[in-house]
Amino acid sequence: MTPLLDVQDLSIGFGSGDPVVRDVSFQVMPGETLALVGESGSGKTITCRAVLRILPEAARIHGGTIDFNCNGKVINLMDRSERVMRSIRGDQISMIFQEPMRSLSPLHRLGDQVSEVLRLHRDMRASECKKIVLDTFERVGFPDPSRVWKAYPFEMSGGMRQRAMIAMAMVAKPDLLIADEPTTALDVTTQAQVLGLIKDLQKETGMSVILVTHDLGVVANMAESVLVMNKGRVMERGPAAAVLGAPAHGYTKKLFAAAPMIPEVAAPAREGSHDDLILDLRNVTKTYTMRAGGWSKPVTITACHEVDLPLQRGKTLAVVGESGSGKTTCARIALGAEIPDSGSEVLFRPSPGAKPVCINAMSASERVAFQRQAQMVFQDPYSSLSPRMRVQQALTEPMEIHNLGTKADRKEKAAEMLRWVGLDASMLGRFPHAFSGGQRQRLSIARALTLDPVLLVCDEPTSALDVSVQEQILTLLEDIRDRAGLSYLFISHDLAVVARIADEVAVMRQGVVVEQAPPDTLFYNPRHPYTRALIAAQPEPDVNRPIDLGLVAKGAGLPSSWPEQFRFEGVAAPALKELEPGHKVRCHV
Amino acid sequence: MMFLKYAVYRFITMLITLWVVSIMIFVIINLPPGDYLSNQIAELRATGQAEGVAKAEFLRTEYALDRPIWEQYLIWVGMAPGPQGWYGLIQGNFGWSFEFDRPVSEIVGDALWLTVLVNLAAVLFVYLVALPLGVIAAAKSETWIDYTAAFVGYLGLATPNFLLALMLFYYGNKYFDLPIGGLMSPEFEGEPMSFDKVKSILVHLIVPTFVIGTSGAAAMMQRLRANMLDELSKPYVETAKAKGLAPSKLLAKYPLRMAFNPFVADIGNLLPAMVSGSVLVSVVLGLQTIGPSLLTALKSQDQFLAGFILMFVALLTLIGTMISDLLLVLLDPRIRYGARGS
Repeated sequence: MTPLLDVQDLSIGFGSGDPVVRDVSFQVMPGETLALVGESGSGKTITCRAVLRILPEAARIHGGTIDFNCNGKVINLMDRSERVMRSIRGDQISMIFQEPMRSLSPLHRLGDQVSEVLRLHRDMRASECKKIVLDTFERVGFPDPSRVWKAYPFEMSGGMRQRAMIAMAMVAKPDLLIADEPTTALDVTTQAQVLGLIKDLQKETGMSVILVTHDLGVVANMAESVLVMNKGRVMERGPAAAVLGAPAHGYTKKLFAAAPMIPEVAAPAREGSHDDLILDLRNVTKTYTMRAGGWSKPVTITACHEVDLPLQRGKTLAVVGESGSGKTTCARIALGAEIPDSGSEVLFRPSPGAKPVCINAMSASERVAFQRQAQMVFQDPYSSLSPRMRVQQALTEPMEIHNLGTKADRKEKAAEMLRWVGLDASMLGRFPHAFSGGQRQRLSIARALTLDPVLLVCDEPTSALDVSVQEQILTLLEDIRDRAGLSYLFISHDLAVVARIADEVAVMRQGVVVEQAPPDTLFYNPRHPYTRALIAAQPEPDVNRPIDLGLVAKGAGLPSSWPEQFRFEGVAAPALKELEPGHKVRCHV
Repeated sequence: MMFLKYAVYRFITMLITLWVVSIMIFVIINLPPGDYLSNQIAELRATGQAEGVAKAEFLRTEYALDRPIWEQYLIWVGMAPGPQGWYGLIQGNFGWSFEFDRPVSEIVGDALWLTVLVNLAAVLFVYLVALPLGVIAAAKSETWIDYTAAFVGYLGLATPNFLLALMLFYYGNKYFDLPIGGLMSPEFEGEPMSFDKVKSILVHLIVPTFVIGTSGAAAMMQRLRANMLDELSKPYVETAKAKGLAPSKLLAKYPLRMAFNPFVADIGNLLPAMVSGSVLVSVVLGLQTIGPSLLTALKSQDQFLAGFILMFVALLTLIGTMISDLLLVLLDPRIRYGARGS
């Protein structure tokens, strides 16, 4: 059988520098899914874009062939004119991008953007176009296609936008679909549904798919064959079952080791005293009032509702939830950056037995003292460090603000903190741009530590990082916690990350905690349908354990679709019940 | 329907703003001590011309300049009865110019419409020049086309307007037989509108339009180029490419639409900048716009004349911003739906 796409010895470089993609060869059979796996900088995105020849302007293809079987005629895409390429793009080969929000024009209606593909490639009347587009919308799971036709992208959620994006890629019935990290920007439950959709569509149309991803779990669920790339070279290739079952190359093994997984057998929890709370959020509610402008009535949005979060000294409390769950609002309230509604109480005890400070009603001097004791590690290490400040400046600034020590003391402390996070004191004179993402996150951890805090709030500290780096940062955070006796409030969307670091997990959904327990209890015996959906949606790098879409669908929908025990309408959620010691679930019992 | 509601809302806020502006204008004009007539009376006394004093005193009471300032304001706007009854700006009385000893409406009359004409022509020029140049400069960024456009643009920004005016008059007259100065041939002044008069005005408009518009066009072009470059690197451009869209169509449909917002939003800022910027040019070019009158009125504290001209400029600005706000709502669904994010 002739392959649909046959790439041989592809090399691509930027300007006169070293090639970023070297001698990459792969084939895609008709109807097959090939996964291109690698971390950032592996060249996987450049490789797949080269197939469509939509590379950045500075990129140059140094050599290689890309043979594409175009309706029975094999053509080399490398030496075709732009005109021929344009007729292939969107028609025979189409593409889905990572960020559905930014990849769709916010100013054009979805109907216009999707039907444009047909107007470009098919000679058909507008009414016919519209009919096909509406059919496609229905096919990708929109309940009301004609409403979507008129809608703008910003009126929809991330998952819905990605569905529209898929509709756009599918509408001309291409032979090959290139999906570049199609679910990376989505919540896990949405990711599971979108992956399921791509798979269904593929079964139906018989198209081939090139799936670019960094997530081995996604690979295991989707791909028939795998190509592992690192630094522009192919590390390993083969059928998915073989590569994932018994990785041969060292790099693939390393990727596997780093991939966070929800443990199957629960590890015993560490024992701890149960009455020494360093941070105690009690009955915290936060609502925002949005003015829509003009004469419209202001709208009230509930970010979190009656949340109780007790954090034991020296432990890690993880708050897990998808976007919009209110987890970041909780973190901000815990730090006093946001004032909760009246009736809420946030207590902080800097040392055991000390008089608690009420964070939601601090005096100015209490606030200064509190800010020394509680620090934050941010999500994006690229934007949380000022590009204009040297490392030394960034690390000593907190001490300057609080007027601690002499200049020499501060510098010494900064150097010490750098050593703590595994960097070298000689790096003090550098600017942040000289560091990789993982190193930057180490820097921002070091910065948070310079004031000797007792409480660290980590807001998705690893979600902007590659898996192997994520693994290192988690290890570092654990080390530091035990070494300095810190307590963590750890915010994450990723259950697998949480499984590893947390002593207690609270699962949040749209402002309410639905289930709260130590991780082993939670993963061993999840009770709430939403928690079950979250766990089921987590893609596992094992071809024999595919995502159970049924379980995801059961819990990821509206609360009114949940089993009767958990069901509620609107904001009338049932109370949290302690079903067994330390395991609280929001249900009617 | 939503748009209509917004338009009404926007119009009402404009009226409120105009009212606040009128207070500020009146207060600022009255900040320097004395007024035109008290200055004149002092001067007449000093030179011993007693008979003029009586007339000036009469005018002071006639125009209520002897009353407290808030009362003067209310009478000027027409929100309180003055010596001539309820007769202020609202009722269509623009006041009296002491400097020219004629009603303000007579002095500004034609100049008002010529000002609007000159500045509209200049705004049109700015958009017609900046739009294609900015887009081309962005699409062909870092090629000789881009560099040439940037060079011409900076030249336009850096050259003083009046110098440009003098040069253009000289060469325009020498090679193209363009008229020098004025907005129409002297024989048409005060004549009723006729085909020849329109033709004369159009020919006279060429140089002023160019002079007033050049720096605005250069600035606008650079802004549009920068916006376009930002937009060109956005992922949705890549999506459009992956659909198989041809480059020129792609450029016009996606990034240009996005880069257009600041372009439209500038209409409001452009108008006042041009009216005030064109004062000097009008003086140099001898244009019969309100610019030169404003200059004299401000110098001699001719408060009703100055006040009226400033109100007129404010009105132009507010209408400009209202138009750009309404256009933005039509152009950008994100603003229309009050959505956040981009």
